[in-house]
Amino acid sequence: MISVQNVHKSFGDLEVLKGVSLDVPNGEVVSVIGGSGSGKSTLLYCINAIETINSGKILVNDIDVHSKDTNKDKLRQKLGMVFQQFNAFPHMTVLENAALAPRIVKKMSKDEAMEIAKKELKHVGLGDKFDVYPTRMSGGQQQRLAIARALAMKPDFMLLDEVTSALDPELVGEVLETLRLLAEEGMTMICVTHEMGFARDVSDRVAYFHQGVIAEIGEAKQVINDPQNELTQKFLSKVR
Amino acid sequence: MNSLFTPLSWDDTGYILTGVWNTITISVVAIVVGTLLGMIVGFARAESNKAVNVLFGSVLDILRSVPLIIQLILFSTFVGAIGHPMNPFLAGSIVLSLYTMAFMSEVFRGGFESVSKSMQTAARSLGMTYWQTVYHIRFPIGLRAVLPSWMGVALSVIKDSALVSVIGYMELLRTSEQLISRTQQPLEILIGVGIFYFIISYPLSHYGRYLERKMAI
Repeated sequence: MISVQNVHKSFGDLEVLKGVSLDVPNGEVVSVIGGSGSGKSTLLYCINAIETINSGKILVNDIDVHSKDTNKDKLRQKLGMVFQQFNAFPHMTVLENAALAPRIVKKMSKDEAMEIAKKELKHVGLGDKFDVYPTRMSGGQQQRLAIARALAMKPDFMLLDEVTSALDPELVGEVLETLRLLAEEGMTMICVTHEMGFARDVSDRVAYFHQGVIAEIGEAKQVINDPQNELTQKFLSKVR
Repeated sequence: MNSLFTPLSWDDTGYILTGVWNTITISVVAIVVGTLLGMIVGFARAESNKAVNVLFGSVLDILRSVPLIIQLILFSTFVGAIGHPMNPFLAGSIVLSLYTMAFMSEVFRGGFESVSKSMQTAARSLGMTYWQTVYHIRFPIGLRAVLPSWMGVALSVIKDSALVSVIGYMELLRTSEQLISRTQQPLEILIGVGIFYFIISYPLSHYGRYLERKMAI
């Protein structure tokens, strides 16, 4: 379970998170929507300890993420993360990309790491691309590689930061399909997204972020189809 | 009447080859040492804040801006003056290596900085430590990016090594100067020396372009 408790986060004078609380039990998919600069991506970075927090607490599997005693590198193995930029390692083949972290972080043997990498690449539909260099692939394929690379670490959670925002429109579908598959398999996910259809259909709950706070959170269909908060209504009428 | 000068003969081959060998030796030393130091300094600069960089940068600026020939003379005179005269090879190697390092560090800094923050964050998010990210991601990507510039610096070091002759190192140019003063055949000798520099530089630059294509990302 991921538990975010009254988290505040500032960049200099700018307070980006103003007391955010959110509990995500295992198996749940939560989509986070909201305008740019509302703090949604920052929340993911704080959960993964890429960013520090100013106050509050974040627990991942009951481990205090921002405690001095927490080994952040170890913690991140449990938190798969995919970004807006595909970030494929350009000097490695697709298979090497996915096998790198299991091999050097989990110290698996080369064969073992390759085995897991192959399995996850097939999982996301890249079973025929093992020896291809990522720069030869489409954005959608690169993003699916990023998902497989994260999955190869066998994470308990997936944090997805606007993973379809840098994609050409015709490539968005294949990536969302992959995420839908993960959701059906019971992966716990927090998805920051601009895809309202995906948020409504795939997630269990949707949280609307506005100026550093969660303005509304509830069952996915309800928040998207029948938002109660005036701010959510305004936002959704603009993005539709 | 006997001439004061003796013409160039096959007996001079050994002498010339010594010069060739010495040019190659000092160039390799300067390129290897300069590359290693340049990599370390370049990485440190890519990772440092502004204050450290200003300090670092000004030292490097001096090394890059003062003509190599002046640095050579100043250094070898200085170590002599403080009572620790060095043989020309050692003094020349030190100065040429530091000079090379000053250029290489900028080359490598650019390479390391070309690896995006986002790429590094992605690596860290997989649980990789800082140094694993440096070793497996930043170095390989950064080094590939700078290969052409590295080759450019290395080639100019081979040519700059001719300047070490001013402090008495018997590299190719100095041996040829001595032959010229004995034989009074400057044209033949300098053409020969020029061809030699071409023969080592040209295949190297070709090899560099080949490597560049092969490792292109």
